[in-house]
Amino acid sequence: MLINQLVPYLLLSALLFSTGLFGFLMRRSLIAMLIAVELILNAANINFLAFNRFMNADKSLGQIYSIFVIGLAAAEIAIGLSLVIAVYRKFRSINVEKLTELKG
Amino acid sequence: MQPFIADFIFFVFAAITVLGAFMAVGLKNIFHNALALALTLLGTAGIFVFLSSEFLALMQVLIYAGAISIAIIFAIMLSPPLAHKPVKRSMGKILISLVTSALILCALSYTFIKAPWPVSAAGEGDYSVAHLGQVLVERYAFAFELISVVLLVAILGAIVIAREEKKNEVVC
Repeated sequence: MLINQLVPYLLLSALLFSTGLFGFLMRRSLIAMLIAVELILNAANINFLAFNRFMNADKSLGQIYSIFVIGLAAAEIAIGLSLVIAVYRKFRSINVEKLTELKG
Repeated sequence: MQPFIADFIFFVFAAITVLGAFMAVGLKNIFHNALALALTLLGTAGIFVFLSSEFLALMQVLIYAGAISIAIIFAIMLSPPLAHKPVKRSMGKILISLVTSALILCALSYTFIKAPWPVSAAGEGDYSVAHLGQVLVERYAFAFELISVVLLVAILGAIVIAREEKKNEVVC
């Protein structure tokens, strides 16, 4: 039985996390980096719920953590996208390697 | 349900999730990235059902796949097409990020497989939405209120940041 073990879920979330990390490091478009961050948050959510199912006595705890993660992701994407639009309006580009105004 | 059928369905959902993640990162077109992200989020909702958290699966479809990916697609379509052009990366930087994430993947997988997880309370318990809501407004009431304030401030801030500045106009 694959689905009644903890390790497959953890491996899936590790794969999702490292894919998101790779995307965050590789892509230079701000929107693509936001998408990669969403992948990482999803990996965290899977981990929360997996540990909640297999190792936690109170089954509501991990679900509440996941709800908070989802809520914070919604806030993050709202702020992030409006920042992307503001950055595009100012610099005419969302390539992070061109946004070097703060560099000393 | 037969055990191997459940395993097979789990495998299908995991494959959808991982494939969508690869597409969300690897494809050149930013619009395709956003659509692949929605695919990944739907696959993750299926994984949540296997973890007995049906309410979270519903919220995942509703908030993540419904709202967040649509917000990303909105932002892509609102910005001019010039911004969607794929940015060229040098081969060395791609290689460095690939090696870094592969190393982290190896370390994580090694830890997950080798560690002796004390699987204690597997499966049994109260997963019901009623219990969840009761805990949310009793024990975690302060965190619940805090996250609603955070969401409100974030949405107001998003409006303020993204608003176009017009000089000779009274802002109501």
